[in-house]
Order: sequence, then C-alpha cells, then structure tokens
Amino acid sequence: MKPTYVIASLVTFALLSYGLYQGLVVAPTEATMGDVQRIFYYHLPSAWVAFTLFFLNFVGSLLFLVVKKDAADKFAAGVFAVLGVIGLGISIFGRSYTEFASSIGGTLLMCAIAYLVIRHFFHSQPQADAFAASTAEVGVVFCTVVLLTGPLWARPVWGIWWTWDARLTSTLVLWLIYVSYLILRKFATGGQTPTLAAALSIFGFADVPIVYLSIRYFRTQHPQPVINGGEGSGIDSHMWAAVLWNLLAFTVFAIMLVTTRYKLAQAERRIEEAFATRDLEDDSHLISRSTR
Amino acid sequence: MNYLYTAYVVTWVVHIVYLFYLSRRAARLREEARDLERK
Repeated sequence: MKPTYVIASLVTFALLSYGLYQGLVVAPTEATMGDVQRIFYYHLPSAWVAFTLFFLNFVGSLLFLVVKKDAADKFAAGVFAVLGVIGLGISIFGRSYTEFASSIGGTLLMCAIAYLVIRHFFHSQPQADAFAASTAEVGVVFCTVVLLTGPLWARPVWGIWWTWDARLTSTLVLWLIYVSYLILRKFATGGQTPTLAAALSIFGFADVPIVYLSIRYFRTQHPQPVINGGEGSGIDSHMWAAVLWNLLAFTVFAIMLVTTRYKLAQAERRIEEAFATRDLEDDSHLISRSTR
Repeated sequence: MNYLYTAYVVTWVVHIVYLFYLSRRAARLREEARDLERK
C-alpha cells in the first residue's frame, strides 16, 4: 500500500470520527424532535454525496460518448467553455435581478467546470467509462444510506416509515435507475454495454433535478430545504458545525471510495487486456505450427 | 434514541459491507495478476 493512500485513509478516518463526535455530542438537541434529529447529520451529507456522484456519473457518461470522435470532443469542450462564461456572466450580473437567475448562472458555471476538469483527467473512453462506473457504484451506496436513514428518522417523527410523496418517491426511483445501471454493466454482454450504460445514465440523471426541486414545487411530507429554502428555512447556527464537518468527512470518504474503485476498474481492464494478448499470442503460435 | 443509534449503525454497516466488497474484488484481481505471471 502506498504511503499517500495510508495517510489519506487515516485523514478520512479522523474526519469521520470527528464528524460522528460533532453529530452525537457537540450539536445541540433539537427542541421538538429531540435526539432523533441527529440522524440529519448523516442523512444530509449522504444525500449531498449521492447527488454529486450521480452528477459526476452523468458528466463521465457524456464524456465517454463524446470523446470517441475528436470533432465531437472539441465541439463539446467549446460548448461547455461558452456555457461556463455565460454562467459566470449571469451569476455576476444576474444577482441584482433575481435569485433564480443567479442560481441558473451558478449551475451553468458548475456544469462547465465539472465537464472541463473531468475531461482533463479522464480524456479517453476507458478512463471516462471507469470513472462513470465508479461514481455510480459509490453513489448507489450513499443513496442506499439516504433511503435507510430517512425512514428511521420518519418513524418517530411522522409516525410512519414511508409515504409516497414527491421527494421520497423520486429518490427511490433515482436509486432504482442507478441500480439498473449497475445491473446492466454487470450482466450485459457484448461491446456495446458501456455505450448503453452511458445512455441510460444520461437519461437517468434527469431524475436528480426532480428530486432536488420536489420539495420546492410540490407539497411534501418531507421538510422544506435547509439550504436556500427561503424564509423560515434553515437550522440553528450551533448545528452548522456538525453539518459542515460531516459534509466534509463524507465528501472525503466518497473521494477515497471512488479513487479506490476507479483504480480497481483500471487494473481489471489491464489484466483483461493482458489475458487477451496472451491468448492471441498462443493462437498465433498454434497457427504458425500447423502451417509449417 | 434507539432510532438514532440504529440509523448510525445501519450507515456504517452499509459502508463496511461495501469496503469488504471492494477488498474482495482487489484480492481477486491480485490472484488473477499472479496467474497471469505464472502462465
């Protein structure tokens, strides 16, 4: 094991331990829900990480499809660069008009930066495919945590484990989409599997904004957003430390998991290629022997 | 309190199961790499 990996693992472990301490000990007890509200310190960071990873999976899948042809790759990079500039302009100048314009600008800028950074680091089809597979797999793990911790919080607070409201249902659909993506990758045979998976991922990602906006545009049992939720939303200032520490810890943990999973995918590909080359060499030896 | 601890335990069980799955996968790869070197 490399020393950097060991150090990164130790830092991740320390951050997770401190996040746990913040969530269970330091954060104040919520007035109406009591201690069970502390589930929030795991529920929110898991959701944040899951949605971010599904977004990265979307970008990786798009890159996988585009990078195949040089012209398409350059065109997409140009489009995202222009979108980034437009996004930056809207976020700077649109702020004075509406908050909505500012958030659209921020989203465009974030998408452009994410695409161009990922394109820089994973600029080949196998790399983009491995990146997309890694982010989807780790994203499903964190989304599973969201779907398990949610009902455990809902039962004592709402009196029910589950309700088919817009937020809960769209999150379950999101989980099912990415589980089907992983099943497709695992069991489909033939060279087209990564392309099919990339297409599924691009359409599947459409559910992420629906999940995000569901509590803003629909009446739901699920509470209103804590961040940017408008008047009356938000949490006590003393709770922010626990939220932020756990967000940081879970983000670093997710980076570790994705890096490990990506390296495994790359190693698997190299071994498969080595086996295929060896088999080809064996076959060519047999052919040359039989023609002699 | 029970729900709180269950939620935290469930979170870590999910992550530990996934870490175990990753380590199994890495071990299988190492074995395949050894096979490749041997043959």
